[in-house]
Amino acid sequence: MLQQWKPDPTFYPSPKMAIDAPIEELAYVAAPRDDGKPDAMCVVDLNKASDTYGQIVSKLELGVRDEIHHFNWNACSASLCPYAPHPYIERRYLVVPALRGSNIYILDVKEDPKSPKLIKTLEADEVESRSGYTRPHTVHCGPEGIYVSALATAGSEEGPGGIFLMDHYNFNILGQWEVERGPQSLSYDFWWHLGYDVAVTSEWGYPAMIENGVSLEDLGERKFGHKIHIWDIRHRKNIQTLDLGDDYQMILELRPAHDPTKAHGFVNAVLNMNDLSSSIWTWYKDGDDWGIQKIIDIPAQAPENPDDLPPALKDIGMIPPLVTDHILSLDDKYLYVSCWGTGEMLQYDVSDPFNPKHVGTLKIGGITKSYPHPSAGPVSGGPQMVELSRDGKRLYFTNSLYVAWDNQFYPEGANGWMVKADVNVEDGGLELDPDFFVDFGESRAHQIRLQGGDSSSDSYCYP
Amino acid sequence: MDTVSWLSYTLLGVFHGINPGMGWLFAVALGMQEKRRSAVIGALFPMALGHAISIAVVVFAIALAQRQLPEDVLRIACAVVLFGFGTYKFFRARHPKWVGMRVNFKDLTIWSFLMASAHGAGLMLAPLLLRMPAAEASTHTHHTMATMTDSTVMLLSAVGVHTLSFLVVTGIVAVIVYEVVGLALLRKAWFNLDMLWSIALMIAGIVTLFWKH
Repeated sequence: MLQQWKPDPTFYPSPKMAIDAPIEELAYVAAPRDDGKPDAMCVVDLNKASDTYGQIVSKLELGVRDEIHHFNWNACSASLCPYAPHPYIERRYLVVPALRGSNIYILDVKEDPKSPKLIKTLEADEVESRSGYTRPHTVHCGPEGIYVSALATAGSEEGPGGIFLMDHYNFNILGQWEVERGPQSLSYDFWWHLGYDVAVTSEWGYPAMIENGVSLEDLGERKFGHKIHIWDIRHRKNIQTLDLGDDYQMILELRPAHDPTKAHGFVNAVLNMNDLSSSIWTWYKDGDDWGIQKIIDIPAQAPENPDDLPPALKDIGMIPPLVTDHILSLDDKYLYVSCWGTGEMLQYDVSDPFNPKHVGTLKIGGITKSYPHPSAGPVSGGPQMVELSRDGKRLYFTNSLYVAWDNQFYPEGANGWMVKADVNVEDGGLELDPDFFVDFGESRAHQIRLQGGDSSSDSYCYP
Repeated sequence: MDTVSWLSYTLLGVFHGINPGMGWLFAVALGMQEKRRSAVIGALFPMALGHAISIAVVVFAIALAQRQLPEDVLRIACAVVLFGFGTYKFFRARHPKWVGMRVNFKDLTIWSFLMASAHGAGLMLAPLLLRMPAAEASTHTHHTMATMTDSTVMLLSAVGVHTLSFLVVTGIVAVIVYEVVGLALLRKAWFNLDMLWSIALMIAGIVTLFWKH
């Protein structure tokens, strides 16, 4: 394969420069299913001038009951990192991990971006035997290859989960990433501070704790994750573990500052066992050590009619916010927080990462609430996977968390949808675009990736 | 050594210095991370040292081989290795796998040594080296201690001249990018120097075959 003569135009040295990237025209959306039909990668038209604006323009079917999850590009702006620059690799393949099926699909979007082609399938057996892990979850393009996190050890289906590496030219699995794991066993998300040679990992649960819906028994025994781990990337070893305390269960999405000279980031704790609140925490470098501090509490809400609550919440009588995703704008200014349970999307100004200001709220869906969309009317599910354009002006989100959990918290049905909100980037504020409601029908709708890159696809080595 | 040789060592130093993968880009990034120009300047010296060591290893290896192998055999071997390596790099996009921004003097020296070695920076000098001692051999019929010392000094001078020009060019580019041009350069003006580099290796292979004194 002949190389390119110019760097891929979608690579930006710094997040500041990426903010000026052209407006995205397509979104790739993971659409798992629960009805025995195959999961699919859907392409959504985002071009306002197009006749098919806000519609699904193609669907590529993948495996049945695969639960395709946090897919990402084969290459991104991290290819410009100064210590091993290789800017001539193309951002053209989507690496799609199946969280339940453990397969990994490689899709090529170059020839026709509106119609991805499946060019390679890494079957579960191969993924497990080569990586030593099972249940691949999150993909990030790193400075020297593709990193994939996974929930558990292959075979045992329990800990430790961890990270494995893939070659970004031929997609071979290169094996386990960690050299010295330390106390880490539960696994979920990971990301890094490339300017500090530090990676951060978070904790969810082992497959048996999540695959039939959240195990309330394990939750009662506080068995879910409540720590994050700090790693030395160069030596691939755990250098510190930060415990949020077992009152906090399920520590999920890691959003480090995009600016590589900043050493802080945000993570969500899904459930406080004492009052069902969710919280956002800031981790930060503190001299030679790292610290973590809670910055936002989001309380549970009372339902209008407790009889409408799903069985899992009947005894409790409250609606937990279930903050299960959030996204940080490329200028590190705004954090958008998905409250999947209470049907809210919250916007915070986190310019001062220890003193967030709540500047915007948008309501749609929610358990027993079903806040309507301006053009589509009442909807099922609530705000879940959220993605932001590089200029920070368009916020896209979907409503599915994980098929079994959708069924548990939204038993009346969780037909997939994707919506778009326009953002006031000056003072804060969110408004749903009435012309944009993508109906996925019986499919669920999960992770979104924007063509050319978005606010969680790329890592940068320059400020 | 003649003027052509000195000039060639210098120009190859310029060529190596311009390549972002050899040093200046990392120096700029370190300056930006630390937010001070002295971090850019400070990074240049270990980079030059690592580059010099990598070059010296190849230079002395070839010099040693010259004492052991018939000239034509060595010439053909070098040409094949250069042309083959260049062709391989041209068609197969690969890059060294280094991860790490928090680097000290030793780390940067090792990094630079690895980058120069992985790119075959020293190999590129082979045609010049093979051209040189052929002239020596015609004037000295047998090797004495004196000629060995002479040639060592000459080889060291070659490495020195090359490295000095590498250091000057890397330094100038790094400071200009850091202070004036900025990172937009990486998007606009960066074309595939790795491809040009592979072509240079192939050319060096051909030159090795035919460029005799």
